[in-house]
Amino acid sequence: MSTDLSIHGAGEAVVTHDTHNGHHEEHHHKETFITKYVFSQDHKMICKQFLITGMIWAILGGLMSVLFRLQLGYPDSTFPWLEDFLGHWAKGGKLSPEAYYALVTMHGTVLVFFVLTGGLSGTFANFLIPLQVGARDMASPFLNMLSYWFFWMASVVILCSLFLETGPAAGGWTVYPPLSALGDASIGSKAGMDFWITGMALFVVSSLLGGLNYITTILNMRTKGMSMTRLPLTIWALFFTAILGVLSFPVLLSGLILLLFDRHVGTSFYLSDIFISSTQKALPNEGGSPILFQHLFWFLGHPEVYIIILPAMGLVSEVMSINARKPIFGYMAMVGSIFAITVLAFLVWAHHMFVTGLNPLLGSVFVLLTLLIAVPSAIKVFNWLTTLWRGNIRLTPAMLFAIGFVSMFISGGLTGIFLGNSTLDIHLHDSYFVIAHFHIVMGVSAFMGMFCGVYHWFPKMYGRYMNNTMAYIHFWVTFIGAYLIFWPMHYEGLAGMPRRYVEYQGWSSFNQFGDLNRFISTVAMVVFGVQLMFVFNFFYSIFKGRKVTTQNPWGANTLEWTTPIRPGHGNWTGEIPEVHRWAYDYGKDGKEFIPQTEPLGSDEQHH
Amino acid sequence: MSTIFLLAILLMGFVITFQIAKASEYVGILKGEKRNNEQNNRINGFLMIVFLVLGLIGVYWCNELFKGKILGKAASDHGEKIDSMLYITIAITGVVFVITQVLLFWFAYKYQHSEKRKSFYFPHNNKLEVIWTVVPAIALTVLVGFGLMYWYQITGDAPKDALQVEVTGKQFNWIFRYPGKDGIFGKKYYRDIDDAKNNSLGLIFDDPNTHDDIVLGQTLYLPVNQPVKMIIGSRDVIHDVGIVAFRMKMDAVPGTPTTMWFTPKYTTDEMKKMTGNPDFEYEISCDQMCGKGHYSMKGIVKVVTAEEYILWRAKQKPLYATIMENEAAPAPAAVADSAKKAVVNPEGDAKLVAAGK
Repeated sequence: MSTDLSIHGAGEAVVTHDTHNGHHEEHHHKETFITKYVFSQDHKMICKQFLITGMIWAILGGLMSVLFRLQLGYPDSTFPWLEDFLGHWAKGGKLSPEAYYALVTMHGTVLVFFVLTGGLSGTFANFLIPLQVGARDMASPFLNMLSYWFFWMASVVILCSLFLETGPAAGGWTVYPPLSALGDASIGSKAGMDFWITGMALFVVSSLLGGLNYITTILNMRTKGMSMTRLPLTIWALFFTAILGVLSFPVLLSGLILLLFDRHVGTSFYLSDIFISSTQKALPNEGGSPILFQHLFWFLGHPEVYIIILPAMGLVSEVMSINARKPIFGYMAMVGSIFAITVLAFLVWAHHMFVTGLNPLLGSVFVLLTLLIAVPSAIKVFNWLTTLWRGNIRLTPAMLFAIGFVSMFISGGLTGIFLGNSTLDIHLHDSYFVIAHFHIVMGVSAFMGMFCGVYHWFPKMYGRYMNNTMAYIHFWVTFIGAYLIFWPMHYEGLAGMPRRYVEYQGWSSFNQFGDLNRFISTVAMVVFGVQLMFVFNFFYSIFKGRKVTTQNPWGANTLEWTTPIRPGHGNWTGEIPEVHRWAYDYGKDGKEFIPQTEPLGSDEQHH
Repeated sequence: MSTIFLLAILLMGFVITFQIAKASEYVGILKGEKRNNEQNNRINGFLMIVFLVLGLIGVYWCNELFKGKILGKAASDHGEKIDSMLYITIAITGVVFVITQVLLFWFAYKYQHSEKRKSFYFPHNNKLEVIWTVVPAIALTVLVGFGLMYWYQITGDAPKDALQVEVTGKQFNWIFRYPGKDGIFGKKYYRDIDDAKNNSLGLIFDDPNTHDDIVLGQTLYLPVNQPVKMIIGSRDVIHDVGIVAFRMKMDAVPGTPTTMWFTPKYTTDEMKKMTGNPDFEYEISCDQMCGKGHYSMKGIVKVVTAEEYILWRAKQKPLYATIMENEAAPAPAAVADSAKKAVVNPEGDAKLVAAGK
């Protein structure tokens, strides 16, 4: 197909980077349907598996939010079709509180872990790491395959829990004990909670297998000339994301195992002094501390939000530079700020616990460390702005999402300064302000980053383009809709409106927002509908999209665009190209772009 | 029927969008990629500016619309501090918000692709980067400084003369205990909880300090302008005592008592007048997910004048006395009756608790 495409190697002495080179070079080994599409060890196929599984989860998770937004927006109405759909969970067409809490819990779990961690990191780490560092595949393609299949098993377990007689977990996605430990205190803490723990344990295994592979590949399998400081920012971001995951997910797992013991073995890690009203029984457990669980949970939980947002930052940096036709401003500062965020991510977890009775002195340390994160975040934002400044910006759909990401990240980041301040957190804790904050800064932003990545790399994944018109509609409705949904929630939060309430009519302090809630719910449904259009566009374009005819459609510098239009397993048909410069020589010396494979000119300085 | 109709309309809308999208792709190919991209750039660049302008107007409009509905007057000394902190933060972040968003969309519009323009090769500039490391750091130091000052004032020790009240959360209501005349809370143990016998907190009656403890459900009475220290606990899962008007929030954790203190500044009646809302109440909301009844776990704080408070206190009967009376004349029907009466009669609050209401 493409011997003529290896232009980059011409005229240089190519030194082979010999990691299983000979094996893949001609790419003749026989592949069956099973080895190609199901138990595939090709990182590009595994990427697609993660992406499509993530999309299915996103639709389910989004649908859950539509259902509970119906309840919040129209608390007095009944929807008979809900009963057809959910049975006794929605008797008379109105969600029961148990169903409502199950939905919010699963919405959180699914979106945080299965979509924005598995779906986002899994997709782009798998796709971009080998392609952008210049490797034929991951360090261990087999572990990589296992990583996906553990993710799949986790998905199946969580999916099954939705159909349990007692329903799935319903104590919030943070599953705080004692509520999550005691089936008598909440119906969702019966079998649903065991499924949740099992599913999450499998998920952690998947995340570790993936993460170790990503780190190893980035450190060991870079092609000749690809020094760490020549890596595209996507790779830096995915690298630190993997480190965060490897160091923090085991802590969650240990916390969950202790929870499992408390549930079934009679230990008292988290339980103490409990009298259950529904059974009128005092439990034997004494001496445990439910706060211990919160420490263990948030030791993952906080890094987790960076696990979600860092890949998005990397994708956005790359796409923004390419489409502004300008180098990313302050490359080393960008790497440094990701590093700073990674370190700080481990030191701020207790800011979720300011009102748990935490020692005020300890609280103040966490205030300081939390607000410190605003510094690297500010550096990133200003660097993105400067990247746009005096660029020559092509407003492709990917670029629009990149700009949307920055806007969302600014808005959500600034409200983080409110919540990280313990004084304000006393008032704002667990209110709609928190919902608005994290949905904007890690929910919508991360989705913006993900869409940005999908639109940009779709031509590389499938050799076709997605439909532009639908993409533009998708962007504008999503972007405007997200602000319309989440901006007003800040006001509700300032009024102290607590989250996780089924309805607010009984409260003289919070019942003034009926109209607003209805408005938010309506917009949410529209935005959800447009996401379905994106999914349609995605699958339609896989088969019917406009074909890619040039090897490097965006005029980008990175290595993935030196592969054939539809690369086989092994990525490059000839030798792996050698790298001579960083990834951001856009607009240099009057040239629009200079690929990384191009040797330095005689008057150029080493970067 | 209307559902099917609605779905049909949605489907139609989608099919039309799809056909337009497909057609515009063909048109784009006919026009040539270059012209097509130019057009897309122009449209989306224009929309960026429209979004910026409408967005900023929208933010202003939202502020005006919700002004009266959000932060009512802070009714405690701590609440006023929290409000000042909030205004300082809004001012600083507000400036940053407007500047950065304006730059973002303005750049996206201004520097959109043109054949004539060459992008400016500008990989880094140490001076600029130092500026936007140092300036945010200074701004944040200011915020941390104010924040911690207020934080220590709010979480510091309660004054010695503070009125002590114990607040206990359970699925799905609140139980309040006053220490009685001796000012000491008697001992309790969770295994001694017996709702059937009215002992909802598990007071140990062998400890004479419990004998004058007053246990109430539903409504907590507090005198105005007197510091109050709440000792907060839980009987089952984690709850959270949140009182919006005081800007106060603290978790109720089983096994680990927590505290918070504040000074109410206005009586409930004064607040009714000040807010112009005859239904105003200081509501205790549960702010930590605690099960299916979480959203309905409401308590009321009645802030009254010092005189009214003394009168009210004088009328309260200690739990011990109530239980002894009940044991002297065990009549289950009577308990149910008094529980009903309790709804209108604050004296019967203890019984209300016993009935599990």
